[in-house]
Amino acid sequence: MSSDSIALPRAEATSRPLVDALHGWVTTVDHKRLGTLYILYALIFLVIGGIEAGIMRIQLMHAHNDFVSPQVFNRMFTMHGTTMIFFVAMPLVFGFANYLIPLMIGARDMAFPRLNAFSFWLMAFGGFLLYFSLVGANGLYGAGNAPDVGWFAYAPLTSRTFSVGHSTDFWTLGLLVSGFGSIGTAINILTTILCMRCPGMSLGKMPLFAWLNLVMSGMVILAISPLTAAQVMLLVDRYLGGHFFDTQAGGSAVVWMHFFWIFGHPEVYVLAIPAFAFASEIIPVFSRKAIFGYPVMVAATICIGFIGMSVWAHHMFTVGMSSSANTFFVLSTMAIAVPTGIKIFNWLATMWGGKIEFKTPMLFCVAFLFQFLVAGLTGIMLGAAPFDWQLSNSYFVVAHFHYVIVGGILFTIFGAFYYWFPKMSGKMCNETLGKLHFWLFFIGFHLTFDLMHIPGMLGMPRRIYTYEPGRGWDVWNLIVTIGVFFQALGTVIFVTNLLWSYFKGKAAGSDPWDAWTLEWSTSSPPPAYNFASIPVVKSRRPLWDLKHPNDPDWKYE
Amino acid sequence: MRGTKRSNALRVLQMSLLVFWSAVAAAATDNADPSMSPTNIFAPVSTPAKSIFGLSMFVLAVTAAIFVVVFTLLAYSVVKFRKRANDDGREPPQVYGSNQVEIAWTVIPVLVVLTLLVATARVIADVQNAARPDNTVEVTAIGHQFWWEFRYPALGVATANELHVPVSDGNHPIPTFIKLLSADTDHSFWVPRLAGKTDLIPNHPNSMWIDPHETGVYLGQCAQYCGTQHAKMLLRVYVQSREDFESWIREQRQPAVVADAVSEGRRVFETTACINCHSVAGTMANGRFGPDLTHLMSRETIAAGAALNTPENLRLWIRNPDAIKPGSLMPAMELNDRDLDALTAYLETLR
Repeated sequence: MSSDSIALPRAEATSRPLVDALHGWVTTVDHKRLGTLYILYALIFLVIGGIEAGIMRIQLMHAHNDFVSPQVFNRMFTMHGTTMIFFVAMPLVFGFANYLIPLMIGARDMAFPRLNAFSFWLMAFGGFLLYFSLVGANGLYGAGNAPDVGWFAYAPLTSRTFSVGHSTDFWTLGLLVSGFGSIGTAINILTTILCMRCPGMSLGKMPLFAWLNLVMSGMVILAISPLTAAQVMLLVDRYLGGHFFDTQAGGSAVVWMHFFWIFGHPEVYVLAIPAFAFASEIIPVFSRKAIFGYPVMVAATICIGFIGMSVWAHHMFTVGMSSSANTFFVLSTMAIAVPTGIKIFNWLATMWGGKIEFKTPMLFCVAFLFQFLVAGLTGIMLGAAPFDWQLSNSYFVVAHFHYVIVGGILFTIFGAFYYWFPKMSGKMCNETLGKLHFWLFFIGFHLTFDLMHIPGMLGMPRRIYTYEPGRGWDVWNLIVTIGVFFQALGTVIFVTNLLWSYFKGKAAGSDPWDAWTLEWSTSSPPPAYNFASIPVVKSRRPLWDLKHPNDPDWKYE
Repeated sequence: MRGTKRSNALRVLQMSLLVFWSAVAAAATDNADPSMSPTNIFAPVSTPAKSIFGLSMFVLAVTAAIFVVVFTLLAYSVVKFRKRANDDGREPPQVYGSNQVEIAWTVIPVLVVLTLLVATARVIADVQNAARPDNTVEVTAIGHQFWWEFRYPALGVATANELHVPVSDGNHPIPTFIKLLSADTDHSFWVPRLAGKTDLIPNHPNSMWIDPHETGVYLGQCAQYCGTQHAKMLLRVYVQSREDFESWIREQRQPAVVADAVSEGRRVFETTACINCHSVAGTMANGRFGPDLTHLMSRETIAAGAALNTPENLRLWIRNPDAIKPGSLMPAMELNDRDLDALTAYLETLR
C-alpha cells in the first residue's frame, strides 16, 4: 500500500462551526479521538474524586471535627472510591491503550471501531448514572442522595432493609453499565493486538506495552464478569425478591465478598499492569537502553495475570475462613511478589549502565519504582494473614492501596501524560511546570501516604467520620491532611501545564524523545489514518534499527 | 554543572527519604509504649496479639532487608548512571538480558517467600486452631447498628458495649472464647492489644479468643463499616482479677433495683416506646433491639462509648440522641421536661 495514491485531508485542518466539531467528537469511531475522550473524561472525574478526598481529609484533620455529617462523610468515601477506580483509573488506562496500541503495532485503528465508541459511551453513561444519584436517589423516602455503602458495598448493607431509596441502585447500575463498556474495550484491545499487528511484528517483537495490555484485557474479561453477575444478583435481591445476599432469609453476606473480591483483586492488576506498561516504555527510552530481559518481563506479566486471579480472599482474612483456606491465600498472595519483584529488578537492570535523563516522565517513573517497592513490601505484611488480622480495615490498608494506586499507578500515568502528550497534541509539555508538578505531588504524596500507615498501626479503622482524642492518632491525621494540599496544588499545576502547552507549547516534531517504537515514526498528532504506508518491522525497536542501520536490534534478538 | 547540582539534590532527597522511612518504622514499632496509644498493635497483652506481634516483627525485618537492598540498587543506578553534563552523545552499550541474573532474582525471592509462608502458617494454626480448655469463659458478642451486645450464656448475664473478662495469668490461665454473631449488617471486633480483628457477619457465626495477661481497660472499636454511625461503635474490654470478675458477675445477675422514689420515672419508662427496644430484668421491659438496661449504671459509658455515663449525658441522650451520635437508631423520645427528669432519675437507680 503506497501513500502516494491516498491524499487524505487533515481532519482538523479547516475551521468548522463548533456544533459540527462537537458532532464530530460525539460520533467519532477513531481510536485516537476515543482515547482522548477517555482521558479527558477521566481527568474531570479525577478532579471530582480529589475534591471528595479533600472533604474527607478536612473532616479527619483533628478528633471530633464536624466539618461534615457522618452521612455526608460516608457518601464521600463511597463516591471517592467508586469514582477513582471505575471512572478515573479504568478510563485513563483504556484511554492510553486505545490511543497507543494501534500506533505501536502499526495498525490504522482498533479491530472494532464502532464497538470502541459504544464501549466509551457506555462507560461515560455509567459515570453519569453514578452521579445522577445526587439528584435521583432520594426517591420517595428522603433517604439521602448518594450511595453510602462503601466502594465494595458489603451485603447486607446494600439490601433494601438497610439502604432505602435508590442510592445503591444508582451505584449498581453505574457499575453494571460501565462494566459492559469495560468488557467491550477489553475484547477490542485483545482482538486488535492479536489480529492487527503490522508485517514482521510477531508476538515476541511487540512492544512490552502491547503485551501488558494484552494480559490486562484478558484479566478485565475474567474479572469484570463476576462483578457484573453480582450486580445483577443484587438487583434481583432488591427488586425481584431474591435472597442471594439476604442474610435474614438464609442468604450469604460472604458470597458477595467472594464475588466482589474475585473482581476486586484482579482489578488491582488490571490497573497496575498498564502502569507497568508505561514504565516499560518510558524507562528504556530515558535510560537509552533496550528493556532488560524482554522474554522474562512477558513471562512475569503472564504469571501475575494467572496468580492475580487466585489471591482475592486475602481481602477476607478476617471473615472467619478455615486455617487451611487462610494459608492457601497467604501462599498465592506471597507468590505474586516473585514475578512483581522480577519486574522491578528488570527495570533496574535496564537503568543499570544507561545514561539516564531525568526528564519529567522519567522522574515520575523513578518515583514509581521506589513507591511500588514500598507498596509491595507493605503488601507482603498484609499478606501474612495474622498480621492482616491487625492491619485489615485499618488506615494501614488505606495507606497501602493508595501507595499502589497513587504512588504506583497514578505516578506512571502522569509520566505517560508527559511522555505521550507531544504525540497526542503535537506540542511539548512545559518542562519547568512538569518538574514543579512532580515535586509538589511527590512531597504531598509522601506526607499523606507515608504517615497514614501509622494511625493504622495504632488501631485506627478506616471509614470512620470521626475519632476519639487520646489515641495517638491526631498529629498523624493532621500531617496527612496537609499533604493533600500539596497534591491538590500539584494537580492544578498539571492541568495548567496541559492547557498552556496545548495552546502555547513549542512544536514537538514526530520524535521528540529519540524513541524507538512505531508511534514516533508518524507525525504528531498522527493523521486519522496513522501511517501513510503500513510499516514493516524486524525487531522490537524498529526506530532503533532505522537510526542505527549498522547495529540493528534484529541481529541480537 | 546543572546536571551535578540536580543529582546532588536527588541524592540528598533519597538519603532523607531513607532516614524518614526508618524513622517512621521506628516510631511505629520500637515504641511499643502503650501510653503512646491505647490501641497500639505493637503493645500486645494477650496470647493471640503476642503471636501476631512476633510474626509482625519477623515480617518487618524481612521486608526491611529487602527494602534496603533494592533501594540501594535504585539509588546507586540513579546517581551512578545519570547522563553527565559532558556526555559524548553516544548511546550506551545495549544489553538485552542475562539468564543467570534472571534466575538469581527469581530463586532468591522464592526462598524468601517460602520462609515467610512457613512462619505465617505456623501462627495461623497457633491462633486459629488453639485448643479450648475446660475452664474458659464463654461470651456471645452480637453486633448491632451501632452497639455491642454481650451475653454470658453459662452465667446468665447480658450487658452491652463494655465486656468484662477475667485476667489470665501464667498460674491461672482462663481464656475467654467469644462467639461472634450479628443482628443486622457486618461488623468487626477489634481490640488491638488483645487480638486481631474478626468479623461479625449475619448468618455466619465466627469465634475468637483472648487471654489478657494484665488487668486494665482495653479499647477498640468496630472495624467493618456497618452504616451511618460505624465510627462511634466503640468497644471497651475490662480485664479484672478473678475476684473482681466474680463479684461483677454476681452483681449483674441480680434483678433490677426497685425503688419507690422513682416510680414516676419507671411509669414513664414502661408506658413509652422504651420497652420496645430495651430490657430491664424483673420488669415488663423485654425489648432486644437496644442494650439491656438492667444494670445501666454499672457501665462507664453510654451510646457504645460515645459519651460518659453521666446524668446530663443520659438526659441529653434520651432527649436528642443525634446530639451525641447523629444517625443512631435510638429515636428522640419527645418527652416533656418533667417526664424526662423522672425517667433519668429512674435510670440512675439501675445499678
